[in-house]
This record gives sequence, C-alpha cells and structure tokens, in this order.
Amino acid sequence: MKIAKVAGTVVSPVSHPLFEGHRLLLCDLVDPEGSANGYLIAVDVVNAGVGERVLICDEGTSARQILGITTGPVRSVIVGVIDRIT
Amino acid sequence: MHLGRVMGTVVATTRAVGLDGVKFLIVQPLDKHQRDSGTPVVAADAVAMAGPGELVYYVASREAAEALEERFVPVDHAIVGLVDQVTLDGDDQ
Repeated sequence: MKIAKVAGTVVSPVSHPLFEGHRLLLCDLVDPEGSANGYLIAVDVVNAGVGERVLICDEGTSARQILGITTGPVRSVIVGVIDRIT
Repeated sequence: MHLGRVMGTVVATTRAVGLDGVKFLIVQPLDKHQRDSGTPVVAADAVAMAGPGELVYYVASREAAEALEERFVPVDHAIVGLVDQVTLDGDDQ
C-alpha cells in the first residue's frame, strides 16, 4: 500500500459504471517523511477528507474486492485514514 | 488513475482480435495542475464519449483491458471517465 495526502476532489460527469456513487479523490503520493512524489486518483471508501494522510491500495484485484465487484477498470482505492506514523 | 488530455484520434483498420469497435485516442498525461507530464499514450476510449481537447482520467496496465466489454484484449491504457472539475486544496481548477 502507499501513503498519500488527499489534495482535492475530481468531479466526473461521465464515467465507467463502476465509479458511479463513489467519490474520486486526487492524492499526492508521499514518503513517510511527507515529501511528495507524484499523484494518483483513487476511489474513496472511507470518507477521507482533503488534507488527510491516507493509505492507498494500488492493486486491481484487491481494489475490486473492496468494491464488491469481480471485473472492472479500477486499481487505486483509499482504504484507510492515517492517524500517525512513528 | 491519472488525469489526461485527449490530443487526437488514432485510426487502425488492422487490429488484434477483440479490438473491433474500440476507439483509440491519443492522451497526454497531466500532472495534478493539468500541465503536460510525460509522453502521450494511445488509450482505448471505454466511455465512448471522449473527444479531442477533453479532460479525462484513465487507467493503465492490466486494469485498462478490464474497461472494455471484451476483457482479454491487448490494451494498456483506457479512458474510464470524463472530468468536469478538479478542485485542489485551496483553489478551483
């Protein structure tokens, strides 16, 4: 899984049916110290807020399992909100 | 998934099995501020509504093939949604 910081939201009027009803968040990938290293657009299933540090699962089969589907073009899902890293 | 801008279309009459009817578009990958980032790629249009100039988001790798009706096809990038608005912390884009 990857550590990221939620940078903002993505509004999509037309998308693949699997994304309907799901929030898409734009997340800056960060290392444990907080330095940014690229970004990802991920499906939010934990109600993460902008500015929060989150855990992103970036693997297709796991992502589909979390969303309760067997097929579909999804890979990145926010699966946790990070309280602290020690 | 990443943001991209549709730059054009690709017409290929001769195609691998399973790619019949799939629209190919040239997509310029973008960073989160919608600036060009990297080399353009050819992506299958899984929403069948994207056109040149449009802001989209796309998937890469194995998941791209999952976007199409036929799943075991040789596709490595696919557009899975159009983007109306990207709102970053503190600004609207």
